[in-house]
Amino acid sequence: MRTKALEAEIAAVSEDAGAVTRGWGALASRKEPVISVLIILVMWQILSLFLPRYLVPSFATIIVSFVEIVSSSTLMVDTLRTIMRIFIGLGLSFLAGIIVGVLMGFSNTLEKYILPVLHFIMGVPALSWVIFAIIWFKPVELRVAFILLAGCLPNYSLIIHDGIKGISRDYYDMLRAMRPTRRQLFSKLVLPGMLPAVLTSWKVNIGLATRVVIVAELVGATVGIGNKLLLAQELFDMPKAVAWTLILVIFLLLTQYLLLLLERHLLRWRPSKEGGIQ
Amino acid sequence: MIPSAPVVQMEHVRHVFTSVDGSRFVAVDDLTLEVREGEIVSIVGKTGCGKSTMFNLLLGLENPTAGSITVLGRDPYQDFDFFRAKFGVIFQTDRLLPWRTAFANAKVGLEILGYSEAEQGEIARHWLHKLELMGFEDAYPHELSGGMRQRVGIARAFCLSPDVFFADEAFGHLDQSTAQRLREVFLTLIGETKKTCLLITHNIHEALEIGSRLIVLGKPSRVLYDVQCPTRASRAELVEFEERILDIIERNEPHHEAAARARS
Ligand SMILES: Nc1ncnc2c1ncn2[C@@H]1O[C@H](COP(=O)(O)OP(=O)(O)OP(=O)(O)O)[C@@H](O)[C@H]1O
Ligand SMILES: [Mg+2]
Repeated sequence: MRTKALEAEIAAVSEDAGAVTRGWGALASRKEPVISVLIILVMWQILSLFLPRYLVPSFATIIVSFVEIVSSSTLMVDTLRTIMRIFIGLGLSFLAGIIVGVLMGFSNTLEKYILPVLHFIMGVPALSWVIFAIIWFKPVELRVAFILLAGCLPNYSLIIHDGIKGISRDYYDMLRAMRPTRRQLFSKLVLPGMLPAVLTSWKVNIGLATRVVIVAELVGATVGIGNKLLLAQELFDMPKAVAWTLILVIFLLLTQYLLLLLERHLLRWRPSKEGGIQ
Repeated sequence: MIPSAPVVQMEHVRHVFTSVDGSRFVAVDDLTLEVREGEIVSIVGKTGCGKSTMFNLLLGLENPTAGSITVLGRDPYQDFDFFRAKFGVIFQTDRLLPWRTAFANAKVGLEILGYSEAEQGEIARHWLHKLELMGFEDAYPHELSGGMRQRVGIARAFCLSPDVFFADEAFGHLDQSTAQRLREVFLTLIGETKKTCLLITHNIHEALEIGSRLIVLGKPSRVLYDVQCPTRASRAELVEFEERILDIIERNEPHHEAAARARS
């Protein structure tokens, strides 16, 4: 059913998520990532000596902008608004996505109807959704929520659907020999069986939503990191632009780290990754 | 001796698998047999001859293509829910849920049957103890050896105190002495409870030791030979018996006794 392209895409995003979590582990235990980051920083600093501030600002100016943002109330107002939008968008997408994914997992007929639609939606560029949202809706928050929903829902559904399909029939038969109710089958097999997929879907979508929300905020938001980035662009204030981007990246790394801790706890029954393939 | 009631009846059962590309595969072909209450029946046959498929049919997990199946007087596929708490199954592969500890795996059937937490814990611990798994209650399946996992599977089946036992190579992954000890435990437990038991095995010694009756299946499944296990036989007689069984399996043709019964 699934196209090669989509499979590649899913593999790429989950690898993406894997790389982030692995990156954290590496950061804690090894010196290599620290060294590579240092090299990039030094090169940036050297470039900043020869290029004008509005192209490559020096660290000093970036840090000044960063401190300015962090010490002013705008940090809280804009950052919180953007984070709120991310989580509202993700929450809505997850609710809808888990329902669609579970329905597809249980009904072959529904699967045949819904899968092609999801594949189609996956093919639509994020910018097209932005344009549709502007044309269809007036309230800014609605536009942002819609764009995030369109971007994240297919990921949630497809990954969760895959997770349910991946539950071994052997377990199903083993439990059915004991005659469970449908509810028991769901709570004892389907729910724990799809948990790894649910966590993967969150890892994939938090990154996606953080990138997409900024684009979505360009559709007329007067508050939010996207808006502040746009302002910095208009003023050619490169240090500010870099500083705001840094705040986003820090947010993303933090949430990924928290997810990793959650995953370690929830999936502690898994054989540890160390010594696995690769 | 009063003949006991039939627990399992299969009449002219046939099961055909149809694969995605439309090709058909006959796994069970005209299987007729009856098992009475309290009997312990060993089932032997070539690999791939449809033994596990026969179990799936008896458990009501699959509907036979043709023929009729009755277990405890009912159809296990049609009257699916009648069989709550009736079956204890030890699967060929352990089928432990990877997200549950040994203890939680052992008690999963009790949860389904709605026992209280306290009862669940007490019964599960009792059986884990019998199967020499104390100290490993909190281990996840991947932390256990193959033989330990198999024993958790056995504990899970015994927890339910079911009416009929189905054991699919229950002692397959164990070393000789452990297998021997567990066979003895198993036999005592089955003997105490007077439960009916069907036991698939590739080990003819095991078949003779545990079973009161032996059924040889052909490929695809049909009864080639159905015989009471010799008790108090001499060593030479046992060797002769074993050779006869192996010969029947190899030739894949009904033994003359079974053939005679089929004609009558
Ligand atoms: N779901 C299925 N779809 C198609 N073919 C199947 C299916 N299950 C089993 N078969 C086929 O039916 C045959 C019998 O399988 P089964 O598992 O019952 O064998 P078995 O007697 O238990 O073998 P073993 O001793 O190796 O466990 C095999 O050839 C197998 O390929
Ligand atoms: Mg088998």
